[in-house]
Amino acid sequence: MDDITKTALHWPDAIYAQFRRVGIRQVGYVPDAGHSRLIELCVKDPNIHDVVLTTEEEGVGLAAGAALGGQRAALLMQSSGVGNCINMFSLLRNCGFPCLVLITMRGEFAEFNPWQVPMGSITEASLKLCGFLTYRLEEPDDVDDVVGGGCDMAFAGGLQVAIVLSQRLIGRKEWTR
Amino acid sequence: MLDRREFVRKLLADRKGLAVVSGLGSPTYDVAAGGDHPLNFYLWGAMGAAAMIGLGLALAQPARRVLVLTGDGEALMGLGSLATVGVKQPGNLVVVVLDNQHYGETGMQPSHTRSGIDLVAVAKACKFVDALHVSEIGAASRVRDLVHHGNGPILVQARISNEAAPRVLPTRDGHAVKLRFMEALSKSSGQSIS
Repeated sequence: MDDITKTALHWPDAIYAQFRRVGIRQVGYVPDAGHSRLIELCVKDPNIHDVVLTTEEEGVGLAAGAALGGQRAALLMQSSGVGNCINMFSLLRNCGFPCLVLITMRGEFAEFNPWQVPMGSITEASLKLCGFLTYRLEEPDDVDDVVGGGCDMAFAGGLQVAIVLSQRLIGRKEWTR
Repeated sequence: MLDRREFVRKLLADRKGLAVVSGLGSPTYDVAAGGDHPLNFYLWGAMGAAAMIGLGLALAQPARRVLVLTGDGEALMGLGSLATVGVKQPGNLVVVVLDNQHYGETGMQPSHTRSGIDLVAVAKACKFVDALHVSEIGAASRVRDLVHHGNGPILVQARISNEAAPRVLPTRDGHAVKLRFMEALSKSSGQSIS
């Protein structure tokens, strides 16, 4: 991919292109504004089982089952969802399941809702305590490279990798109603 | 009421290529007692995840039958996952809940099913193709038939007696169980492990 194309890509498209490159076949998600474009791309892809979850912790089981069955899975969630997953993450560590989690941050830059702050402020630390390799993204131009590297560490290395998409990258939540 | 060991043994008889995920606690011991097998994935934790592991596996292996054997407490903790399964409608997934109406692992405290919370009704509301109660051993062959041939997703709530069975403990090494499972799957389906 040349530089002009890379910067022209909207960052969710860059993530999706990496999903295609490494052959992600299952994507578990809870509906989320920050991930909405990526979710749309995955839902439209006939090679991807899009699995809408009632709570993020279901996605941990999904990823484990997919790996058992020989498929690669990615999980999309908001920072609050990380808190919902903590006990379930033990499944990944106990069995060495590869896992790629993409997390849209809330509770940091330009957050209007203080209720997002308690979990948002401990999201990265929680992931690290749970054994995840954690990479934070601030710049759209870094998304392709960092997500690509994370995919390789997860699926070639059999590791648990979290990519944290900062609230500044995602943009301010529109609060108009 | 069913004897849990006898019922599980009958379900797993002549299992062919059946993949089994067992929920933590007694269902894991029941599946181990029914005969250790490379296509058993035993859970010792991750309470509430059994049906979702079954879903991920069923989606990845659509030509293979997948059985989730779990307890009422484990199923209750993952109640939302029944809705998620209902959305995806995996035709090859069957969930059997061994319901003794109690939390056996923690001292036999009553579970929600003891108060009449009906997992079959929940499964039906979650668009499971079939959901049924069984409580007599004569139903085991019918349930086994559903496990192998029924159009899923199917949930069976099997009322077992709450007598404790002797513990039969499979390995707690999750890496070993996973690798053995994946190797057996790739051998029997001719697919490589990715």
